[in-house]
Amino acid sequence: MHDHLLSLLIWLPIAAGIAVLLLGERNIVAGRWLALAASLVALALCVPLMRDFDTHTAAMQFIEKAAWIPRFQAYYALGVDGISMPLVVLTALMTIPVLIAGWQVITKRPAQYYAAFLIMEGLMIGVFSATDALLFYFFWEAMLIPMFLIIGIWGGPRRVYATIKFFLYTFLGSVFMLAALIYMYVKAGNYSIASFQSLPLTLTEQRWIFAAFLLAFAVKVPMWPVHTWLPDAHVEAPTGGSVILAAIMLKMGGYGFLRFSLPIVPDACRELDGLMITLSLIAVIYIGFVALVQQDMKKLIAYSSIAHMGFVTLGAFLVYAIVRTTGITTGAGMGMDGAMVQMVSHGLISGALFLCVGVLYDRMHSRQIADYGGVVNTMPVFAGFMVLFALANTGLPGTSGFVGEFLVILASFKASFWYAALAAVTLILGAGYTLWLVKRVVFGPIANEHVAELHDINGREFLILGVLALAVLLLGVWPEPLLKVMEPSIQHLVSQAAATKIPV
Amino acid sequence: MPDPMTNLHSMAAAIPEIYLTAAICVVLLFEAFVGARRPGATGTLTLFALVIGAALTVVFADVAQPTVLFYGTYIADPLAYLLKLAGFLSVAVALLYSRTYLYNRDILKGEYYVLALSALLGIFVLISANSLLTVYLGVELLALSVYAMVAFDRESGVAAEAAMKYFVLGAIASGMLLYGMSIIYGLTGTLDLNGIAVALVAPHNLGVILGLTFIVVAVAFKLGAVPFHMWLPDVYEGAPTSVTLFIGTAPKIAYFALALRLLAHGLAGTSVDWTAMLTPLAVLTLVVGNVVAIAQSNLKRMLAYSTIANVGFILLGFVAGTPDGYSAALYYTLVYVLVALGSFGVIVLASRKGFEADRLEDYKGLYRRDPLLALAMAMLMFSTAGVPPFVGFWAKLRIFQALWETHHLWLVVIAAAMSVVGAFYYLRVVKLMYFDEPSETLPATEGSFGVRFALGLNAAAVLVLGVLPAPLLDLCSRVIH
Repeated sequence: MHDHLLSLLIWLPIAAGIAVLLLGERNIVAGRWLALAASLVALALCVPLMRDFDTHTAAMQFIEKAAWIPRFQAYYALGVDGISMPLVVLTALMTIPVLIAGWQVITKRPAQYYAAFLIMEGLMIGVFSATDALLFYFFWEAMLIPMFLIIGIWGGPRRVYATIKFFLYTFLGSVFMLAALIYMYVKAGNYSIASFQSLPLTLTEQRWIFAAFLLAFAVKVPMWPVHTWLPDAHVEAPTGGSVILAAIMLKMGGYGFLRFSLPIVPDACRELDGLMITLSLIAVIYIGFVALVQQDMKKLIAYSSIAHMGFVTLGAFLVYAIVRTTGITTGAGMGMDGAMVQMVSHGLISGALFLCVGVLYDRMHSRQIADYGGVVNTMPVFAGFMVLFALANTGLPGTSGFVGEFLVILASFKASFWYAALAAVTLILGAGYTLWLVKRVVFGPIANEHVAELHDINGREFLILGVLALAVLLLGVWPEPLLKVMEPSIQHLVSQAAATKIPV
Repeated sequence: MPDPMTNLHSMAAAIPEIYLTAAICVVLLFEAFVGARRPGATGTLTLFALVIGAALTVVFADVAQPTVLFYGTYIADPLAYLLKLAGFLSVAVALLYSRTYLYNRDILKGEYYVLALSALLGIFVLISANSLLTVYLGVELLALSVYAMVAFDRESGVAAEAAMKYFVLGAIASGMLLYGMSIIYGLTGTLDLNGIAVALVAPHNLGVILGLTFIVVAVAFKLGAVPFHMWLPDVYEGAPTSVTLFIGTAPKIAYFALALRLLAHGLAGTSVDWTAMLTPLAVLTLVVGNVVAIAQSNLKRMLAYSTIANVGFILLGFVAGTPDGYSAALYYTLVYVLVALGSFGVIVLASRKGFEADRLEDYKGLYRRDPLLALAMAMLMFSTAGVPPFVGFWAKLRIFQALWETHHLWLVVIAAAMSVVGAFYYLRVVKLMYFDEPSETLPATEGSFGVRFALGLNAAAVLVLGVLPAPLLDLCSRVIH
């Protein structure tokens, strides 16, 4: 089974999605259970993936390779290393709460809803496990279609605007990446990512390729100033769509930087790391201020996501500054460690926060902060969860949010005091906007009669929030396994990023 | 050269044309004696004839080596084999989709099928042309049949206008082509494309460039490249949709062959010059096609501009000017024909008696009225936009590859940017079908099971060829070496 574990993880959800689609809206009860079963099986398949993962090597594991397009030397090639494996598991994990969250809530075309999310799951796992650039791009783009439909069909009043903006922004970034990939194919003769990583490129070539990658990944992360699609998409998307967007899709941008930009064009990255760090710090600080003034809960969390993803890009590109300051590559991977932990942690926390907003929205049909107040009085259990996730979002020690931010800030200290000082502003801003949100929504006296009529969360909601809360706490107090999984791959990445590829 | 008539076996490669000519006569006679009593029968017979023709092509025309017949005027090679097979299939599918449409408008007449078959014969002659005369013969046979088809609905003023425009502009294009050919003939002393290729070697005098210019303009006219595209949107919009379906598909194969045989083969010696001419044409075509398509409110017209935009991509394959570029253009053409068959087919199937589903609003909430049609259309639109997992993605990828291999950085950038612009209006169709609620007044769609099944297969092919693109990609590279 290990020979085809990744294939199973990709194609099982897709097959289940198609089956749900074929069952149709009339057999939705069966369809729902089938969807849930498929996503649980996919998560169960992650158990051997984690258990048998060799933490002593940076090489790709669980590799599969089959001819796909022999003429272009493009292969159906899969594999995971310490960078992609945690993201694969995260994807399999986060799909389940999304399916459960829609259980009674989605009444419009539910079969298509479940099918879309299952197909998305397969495609996203495909993105993280493809080791062939063409296959990667294939999944990367194909994933846009279900998300486009999810926002467009089940979204809010301005869903059409939001979803078309989402699609075109991402598509614009991606086609230039495709052009860059094809350029490298023409030079390398095949599409394997590893061969791109070892392909010598002049500095001019690297700059162009870097720009193409930046366009694709910066849109996806999203980085300031190409972030504007995200608040729109998040506000209009249904709860499940928001969760997947924030928890997984944004991570693809960060993953792209780690898998493509840093190892393939290291010299351009070294030259332009100042730009990346500046953009990341702007995201952290400026977007943090923007988040403070939001009136809409989802928008606030969306902006908070952008700020947190700023930490990911900051951590990823700190490596050069650290090497410059300390002169050695040992320990230069700390920023990347932080970026990776931050990605996994943010996946859990932002997903959970969007689910919390979804819980409130299902009851009140409003996302405006002003419509709430004193929720703790009528929904004490829910309030407990929401406060926990909010504190995790601010980076409270003991939660996963702390580990990532701490590592990145520590790494930026190694690079420069000022980077660290600016990055640390987030601790204040993050606490500001998150806690103020909680204060206005959860605490205080009951604001109006709608809040007074609220019922606390039911077993279904308790289950999904509880599992996520456990994961957040576990990762917070015991991040060691995750760090250990990543260690060799990060080390390898640092050596790739520190090397030069300019032909002499 | 041995006399081909003495060796009947050597003519086997020309079986598709010979058979098709015979089939036209049979269909014509059948229509004269039986057609009036049994309206649908001629159509059924034609479909059978096309299927048999495809089978005969597979048996006889699959030549391993290029075979030149009829004193050098005709060539049968693997490329011709592939294109003829595609021609048979696309015409058969187009006619299959059109049947109910024609019936509802009282134009289900045998002549329609005869014209379609003679257009197909023109396509074949063009595909296998190995001399300037054969090229012209094919161009005219195809064009004249198609003019008549556009005007087929005699009651429709719009269609008559479209046919008139098409005829006048098409005649100008033919004139250009003939004029350019005459100059080339005057300078080289031969009509044979191989002979011309041998005779034309750099440096060229001004006469060659003059002749070449006329030929390039004519090819651009036929393909619908900007600024010679004016006829295309009017004709697509004005013609009965079944005819739009026809002229939007199979003739593209022929015009690809026209460009390949004339420019890439016969005039290969002037490739530097025609590349320089095609480059601005391709860029203009891409930009105008994609940008103007956004402003359309009529789906047929929008798809017409989308056709123009796609022609821009095909031209880029020629601009690359390498065998790889030509095979990219070939692949793009075949993919385009497959997708156009489906998308015009959807319009044909969504139309009713007395109701043309050609405005974009007519597709509001199509998902509710007809899930299969909406799903097929959505897949086709995503494919044209170039989104994987659909086959249109590979078509664009091939063009990008060919451009990179020849170091056309800016063309890659422009083509990439324009495919994003294009994505917008394709997405809008999906948005109308899936995100909007249907308006009450629209009639329900119908269509026989067989036709709907064929459309489903058409859309499925777009997906299957997108997930497993290797065989067709290989084939297209193999036939162009």
